[in-house]
Amino acid sequence: MAGTEDITQQELNNSTGETRDETDSRKNDYLQSKVEGKALSKEEKLKLRKEKKQQKKNKKDDKGLAKEEKAKKPVPVMDGQQAQQQKAPPTSPLVTPEAPPTGEKSGKSKVELRADRRARQDVDRTSKQGKKGDRSQLASTAKTKAPPSEPQPVVKRLPEHIQADDPAVLKKVAKKLERQQYSRKAPLTQQMSIPSTVIHPSIVHLGLQYSQGIIAGSNSRCIALLHAFKQVIRDYATPRNEELSRDLVNKLKPYISFLNQCRPLSASMGNAIKYIKKEISNVSSNIKEEEAKTTLQNCIDKYIEEKIHLAAKAISKSAFEKISDGDVILVYGCSSLVNYILCDAFERGRKFRVIVVDSRPRLEGRETLRRLVKKGLSCTYVLITAVSYMLPEVSKVFLGAHALLANGYVMSRVGASQIALVAKAYNVPVLVCCETYKFCERVQTDSFVSNELDDPDDLIVTRKGKTELQNWQDIPSLRLLNLVYDVTPPDFVDLVITDLGMIPCTSVPVVLRVKNVDQ
Amino acid sequence: SVMELQAVVMAAGGGSRMMDLTYSMPKPLLPVGNKPLIWYPLNLLERIGFEEVIVITTKEVQKQMHIDTKMKLEMVCIQEDADMGTADALRHIQQKIKTDILVVSCDLITDVALHEVVDLFRAHDATLSMLMSKTHEFTETVPGQKGKKKTGEQRDFVGVDSSGKRLLFMANEADLDEELVIKKSIMRKHPRMHIKTGLVDAHLYCLKKSVVDFLADNKSITSIRGELIPYLVRKQFSASTNSQKTKNDSEKNQKKTDLKTPDEDLLDLAREKSCWNDHRGDMSDAYHGGKLRCYVHIMEDGMCYRVNTLAAYIEANRLVSEQTAQVGADSIIGAACHVSEKSSIKRSTIGASSCIKEKVKITNSIIMNGVTIEEGCSIQGSVICNQAVIGRGADIKYCLVGSGQCIEAEGQYLLHLSTTVM
Repeated sequence: MAGTEDITQQELNNSTGETRDETDSRKNDYLQSKVEGKALSKEEKLKLRKEKKQQKKNKKDDKGLAKEEKAKKPVPVMDGQQAQQQKAPPTSPLVTPEAPPTGEKSGKSKVELRADRRARQDVDRTSKQGKKGDRSQLASTAKTKAPPSEPQPVVKRLPEHIQADDPAVLKKVAKKLERQQYSRKAPLTQQMSIPSTVIHPSIVHLGLQYSQGIIAGSNSRCIALLHAFKQVIRDYATPRNEELSRDLVNKLKPYISFLNQCRPLSASMGNAIKYIKKEISNVSSNIKEEEAKTTLQNCIDKYIEEKIHLAAKAISKSAFEKISDGDVILVYGCSSLVNYILCDAFERGRKFRVIVVDSRPRLEGRETLRRLVKKGLSCTYVLITAVSYMLPEVSKVFLGAHALLANGYVMSRVGASQIALVAKAYNVPVLVCCETYKFCERVQTDSFVSNELDDPDDLIVTRKGKTELQNWQDIPSLRLLNLVYDVTPPDFVDLVITDLGMIPCTSVPVVLRVKNVDQ
Repeated sequence: SVMELQAVVMAAGGGSRMMDLTYSMPKPLLPVGNKPLIWYPLNLLERIGFEEVIVITTKEVQKQMHIDTKMKLEMVCIQEDADMGTADALRHIQQKIKTDILVVSCDLITDVALHEVVDLFRAHDATLSMLMSKTHEFTETVPGQKGKKKTGEQRDFVGVDSSGKRLLFMANEADLDEELVIKKSIMRKHPRMHIKTGLVDAHLYCLKKSVVDFLADNKSITSIRGELIPYLVRKQFSASTNSQKTKNDSEKNQKKTDLKTPDEDLLDLAREKSCWNDHRGDMSDAYHGGKLRCYVHIMEDGMCYRVNTLAAYIEANRLVSEQTAQVGADSIIGAACHVSEKSSIKRSTIGASSCIKEKVKITNSIIMNGVTIEEGCSIQGSVICNQAVIGRGADIKYCLVGSGQCIEAEGQYLLHLSTTVM
């Protein structure tokens, strides 16, 4: 209440276009109404404001439009108190312009004030348009509601997400992504030219497969990435006056940025990229281009063979010792490594059964179930909500990992930390299987500080023809959060089986240190 | 540098269903909204970013074609009387094809977001990806025809899976006797199939390079739409494909590029380790282990017209003049036209260098280049071809006047059995 009175007082004080008489008459009106009843009713206040607005409008027709425009802009900028109080009354646009010039009134004349105001409006307008333009460009790539696709004019300049060299642009892109929900409905290819010339075709194929989830899973994504890089290297031709070792690395940067936009890179992919970049920069300038390309492709093959295939074999051998006859093994989601281990152990003659735990929205456990049953293992399938009912009969839990962090935390599919927690409560050993190439230097102690956000519409389910959350975007106080990963503390993990052997979770930083020394 | 797709525009034949118009002017050059018909697919390709296009056409068309475009057009001429089918034409340019192709027909006018079609092709590593659209009823009366033509339009039956993207079945009514036969192998793999009629095939196809090579070996296939596409759709589920063809393919590949096979292995490995499947409920891998996949993008809204009949030609003109903002809110008037006073032109297209005298009323018509219309004429719902002369006071309703014809003064021409004036 006090606030409103202050504002109207200011209004009276600096009525910049009105004659004295009118000011006095208004003042009298106001004082009169004040005398009549201390608490002015809302309607009377509205009426007063309307009258003032009308008078002012009649006087300042030339300024009228500019004023209202400016008024609309500072309203969101205004501090909360004033904005709240001015929400209902229609004269709020009128009220606000009066507030800012108060400070300046003392020094400047009417004309100068007007010029100041107009200059400020122009600045506000251009900055707002700039923001809107950028936002709409990226909004079309990552909006939750798919916009109707229209044919775009031929793209002459590189869109922002491809300008990977410019750090300022990257920062802007990152900020925008933070503000917006992640959605796969509007693909980045909408704005790219067909056929893609800036980005190598196999990278575009890969990006599409990532964003649509056709290639999912840490190992799978890494292998597909290396395959695409092999194609890129095969089709690469060193331009004149350039060195392959430097130019190829620069060529890869926009591709990696594009893939990151399609779907954030996994730790396995990050390590693979680091390795490739190192190999490329180590290419000596003496050898011929063809030879260099073959060497690089062989390096990639070697990397896959060593870090993925042989590692899987080694891990499977260690895990085989841990699986005994009559075991009941619980697995979660779909991990290519865990599936490999179980199939291998079954082939070698161990007798055990598997409980597959699954969770919405991805329901990846169905794939695990299919593959294991096809092999011949006897499986049970439950959702994660039933995990505490199943645990009394479980003898071991095998979890796959997306990455192992430097402080011993295990980053895996969302839900894995729950499984580990409940297993700990039931004293069931939890074994995490992870190749060493997935170890990364990051440190994180909870799942919220940094995570990948998936399409929130995946969380919506239709039962019996009814979709409760269909219009969740219209409800202003509701936001859907679809996390992809979560981190499990090392206290819940009993053993990590890697290709270097079976180590406790806390030894991960040691492995990383040794790896760095080797390199 | 690497090319992802090569564009091929088929502009060599056609117009057999609108001989009234095409007997004097080849179909690719028919004016629609005062631009030759072939301009529309070329413009679509240019807009989405193609820089080079191979245009297969006849010498006659190449002589008269002047398209203003920044793309590099490589014209390949074939004999007009050689009676080449579209697949024959592809075989003819096999040497020029270095990568996957995008085949477009010259009579396609559409505003589709082509990335929808190409993304299916890329993401699923498909052999074929095509575009179809829901049919729109033609509302305009066609000159020279009594009533709406229903005969001669055979229905196409298109079967898609539950996602609406995978093409499972395609057959034309003409090829079926009385029943629609669907193989059990298809039903076993895709128990839910949606069969749609009333779809227009846009004749826009993304094909893998191996299909072009396959055509070179199989000379019996002449038409893409008539024979090749149904063959590919059938082949998806043929028992021999999943075992035999892959062997043949890998042998072929080894002959050509040695690096390809181990790379293909890598991609297969990545797919195997991926936790994705395109279907669920049975024990098979993604795509049922099939290497040959056909996809279709069905446009729900938007414009997609194939100008292969007179009715379609008129409808296309009407739509294009609706879309372009030119002289008069609803009409297009070409260059060097002379329109005298007191004439009224509504919802029509007037070609270049035409002369329209006073007090002429033109409604809902297409007037081509160089036409002279004397005073007092009234033209409604008609098509007047090049260089025709309409005498004074003629009243023409729903007629088609061929090129170079002269209509006598004070003539009354109504929609009649013989109102195609040639």
